[in-house]
Amino acid sequence: MVLVLALGDLHIPHRAPDLPAKFKSMLVPGKIQHVICTGNLCTKEVHDYLKTVCPDLHITRGEYDEETRYPETKTLTIGQFKLGVCHGHQVIPWGDLDSLAMLQRQLDVDILVTGHTHQFTAYKHEAGVVINPGSATGAFSSITYDVNPSFVLMDIDGLRVVVYVYELIDGEVKVDKIDFKKTTTATA
Amino acid sequence: MMISNGIEDEEKWLAEGIAGIQHNAFYLHRAVDSNNLREALKYSAQLLSELRTSKLSPHKYYELYMRAFDELRRLEMFFKDEDRHGCSIVDLYELVQHAGNVLPRLYLLCTVGSVYIKSKEAPAKDVLKDLVEMCRAVQNPIRGLFLRSYLAQVSRDKLPDIGSEYEGEGDTVMDAVEFVLQNFTEMNKLWVRMQHQGPVREKEKLEKERSELRDLVGKNLHVLSQIEGVDLEIYRDAVLPRVLEQVFPDEYHLQTLETLLGACPQLQPTVDLKTVLSQLMERLSNYAASSPELLPEFLQVEAFSKLSNAIGKVIEAQVDMPIVGAITLYVSLLSFTLRVHPDRLDYVDQVLGACVKILSGKAKLEDSKATKQVVALLSAPLDKYDDIVTALTLSNYPRVMDHLDAGTNKIMAMVIIRSIMKNKTFVSTSDKVEVLFELIKGLIKDLEGISTDDLDEEDFNEEQNSVACLMHILYNDDPEEMLKIICTVWKHIMAGGPKRLPFTVPPLVFSALKLVRRLQGQDGDVAGEEVPATPRKIFQLLNQIIESLSVVPAPELALRLYLQCAEGANDCDLEPVAYDFFTQAFVLYEEEIADSKAQVTAIHLIIGTLQRMNVFGVENRDTLTHKATGYSAKLLKKPDQCRAVYACSHLFWVDDQDGIKDGERVLLCLKRSLRIANAAQQMANVTRGSSGPVTLFVEILNKYLYYFEKGNPQITASVIQGLIDLIKTEMQSDSATGGPASDAFFTSTLRYIQFQKQKGGAMGEKYEPIKL
Repeated sequence: MVLVLALGDLHIPHRAPDLPAKFKSMLVPGKIQHVICTGNLCTKEVHDYLKTVCPDLHITRGEYDEETRYPETKTLTIGQFKLGVCHGHQVIPWGDLDSLAMLQRQLDVDILVTGHTHQFTAYKHEAGVVINPGSATGAFSSITYDVNPSFVLMDIDGLRVVVYVYELIDGEVKVDKIDFKKTTTATA
Repeated sequence: MMISNGIEDEEKWLAEGIAGIQHNAFYLHRAVDSNNLREALKYSAQLLSELRTSKLSPHKYYELYMRAFDELRRLEMFFKDEDRHGCSIVDLYELVQHAGNVLPRLYLLCTVGSVYIKSKEAPAKDVLKDLVEMCRAVQNPIRGLFLRSYLAQVSRDKLPDIGSEYEGEGDTVMDAVEFVLQNFTEMNKLWVRMQHQGPVREKEKLEKERSELRDLVGKNLHVLSQIEGVDLEIYRDAVLPRVLEQVFPDEYHLQTLETLLGACPQLQPTVDLKTVLSQLMERLSNYAASSPELLPEFLQVEAFSKLSNAIGKVIEAQVDMPIVGAITLYVSLLSFTLRVHPDRLDYVDQVLGACVKILSGKAKLEDSKATKQVVALLSAPLDKYDDIVTALTLSNYPRVMDHLDAGTNKIMAMVIIRSIMKNKTFVSTSDKVEVLFELIKGLIKDLEGISTDDLDEEDFNEEQNSVACLMHILYNDDPEEMLKIICTVWKHIMAGGPKRLPFTVPPLVFSALKLVRRLQGQDGDVAGEEVPATPRKIFQLLNQIIESLSVVPAPELALRLYLQCAEGANDCDLEPVAYDFFTQAFVLYEEEIADSKAQVTAIHLIIGTLQRMNVFGVENRDTLTHKATGYSAKLLKKPDQCRAVYACSHLFWVDDQDGIKDGERVLLCLKRSLRIANAAQQMANVTRGSSGPVTLFVEILNKYLYYFEKGNPQITASVIQGLIDLIKTEMQSDSATGGPASDAFFTSTLRYIQFQKQKGGAMGEKYEPIKL
């Protein structure tokens, strides 16, 4: 059982002052093995904070990130799964599933984690799963109205991944989960 | 069970005690009348033994004590008359010490001592010292207190005061003072100890007893005041500090505040007034905290104004007091005020005002200790009040801050911001925002003496990020007020200079965009209202705000913000406004963004935003699209060109807008990107001797599939087939370098096609002609 935290689009301090307190208290150091961040932190302080949650941190560049040296895309393997990360402002039309599917095929990954729309989504399509963890701070978005703070925790176990999404709605943390199973023939 | 019978029992015991005294008194009188010293001593000792009881409350004990007291007076007269009993006073002094029990012994000793002093056979001070120390043997509070009270009483007229007959060589007023003070100290200790005696359930009873005994202790002060030789000098140097140091009952301090404080200014600078007064105020604060019913007492005694005046006088009197001393006193006073009168903001402001007075007329503080104290002073109200804004309304607060040196001023500003962020209460009016930004002005712009070049970069970034975070706490539901807040903030940050604007402008812009979104839902202008907040107005303001980034310069940031505004304007149906924002974005792209990587990102942002616009009429849309496509084709690197151009294809096909589904122009775009991809391959051949990976072709293929599925009539199965075959050829050619990535990409694309074919239904039919 490997826990992977996926979050992004915090936009601190441009659009939000901090993560919600209820989220911060859940993100206890030592419990999570990997952190995937889609980008738009935006500052070094946020980077440092994420590193304290877990030292194995993978970040891709968002268009407002202060640090310009984050990569545009990243791939990594966790257990039986290949994961790909990309902020998503590069994939037009923004939030379009078919275009994201193309990126997924291009990166050749089972799970594509992407952001930019500040809207949590988790789709399964032919090439695999596309997950958007939304905005961890509920930051303003020109694309999505009424953004609730959200993040995703993936529990990778063998050929199965359970995706937990945590959303802060009206001050309460609500959890939902989705199961995905991988068939071995899916990737070469 | 015992308690209800208690009173009756006490009466009984008192009666028994009195009877015992009377009984022994009878025989005592007989002994005295017959000049029989031995007998007299025996019966007086027995008589005094009644005072050894533990069963009586102070009230009742007093009655017993008075009976004994009367008898001791008679005994004293007997002792005085040496002729009658034939014993020298020195011997007598020694003789009485043989009494069996300590309490009777000491009463007798005091009685003899009184005579001894009167006889002048020994210096008063020696006898007094002896007595006051011997009385230590009785540690039971009630018995001890009465015993020492007796001592005080019999010694009163025998103190070596100035002009008294007991003054002599080595016997001075100081000795008298010393004696009284010591007796007083010991009595106080006993009295305090009473508090901690006994089981908890008897606490009430204990408190009652203590209050009954309070006067006994206080009599000593009275005695002190009666000593003529105690001039001001002695009082202030010797008496007062000792008295103040005592573990005093708090009620004392409160009720005698005026007297106590009146003496303070007169004290020598060597007396550590700060500590004395701070401790006093601390004690009083604790006292007030112990019960809310005490508050009226504090008000009635006018504790605050007395303390405030006293401190003022002390500072005035001690001209050489360093600033740090004065400020420390006010820190203590503020602490007292916040604890005892938290609702009296006028008091708090007064304390701050007093500090302003001290600090005025002097150069900016350089003493680090004093600075620390001022920071403590300013931090106290922040910690106390949940609603930070309360602290902000104190008129003297900014004035105190003004006296800090620039560096400390900024530190304090950070403290204020941290406090606000912690409390999470919104600052909700433009007036309050005004006050707040005045207070933190050290962070907002360059103050005298500091230029941003001197600053440590990390510190500076931290400061500015704090200010940025702060902006999210400035909020009001009412749009008019919110707009006022935004304008107020803008007014302040606009003078921030090129280093600060990149930090402060974005949060303000997003605040404004959020406001626009709120107003979107509302119906048009409200008739008759004076200049309501409208999206149009806000966009005008936004234009100004983003424009300011040109001095930094920060074209990439500004471009992003213009695009955000364009989307906002789109959602408000303001076509010209949206067009204008795009224009600004393009101008920046053309004139200011030269870095090729930055250009790639920027053009994608423009394309992505434009793709979502639904407010533009055909002409405007065409112009902008044409521009976007043009710039895409002009990017430096061919692969970037290729990608940007095929991204532009989406400008001609928007899913939810039927008017924008121009299949031909989509195809044109894709073909153009294909040509670019080709050119890229050829270039690679020429420059590197091998053609690059076919990734671009596969990407374009995927785009073809996208439109194929959407039903673009221009994109047919044969077109797709052609592209597939092309890629296969490329991959197999000699000069192909390929790469596992592009191979895998192609493979997964083909797999996708297969998947779609196998879907059956309409999609399967569509894909049927394509052969893999």
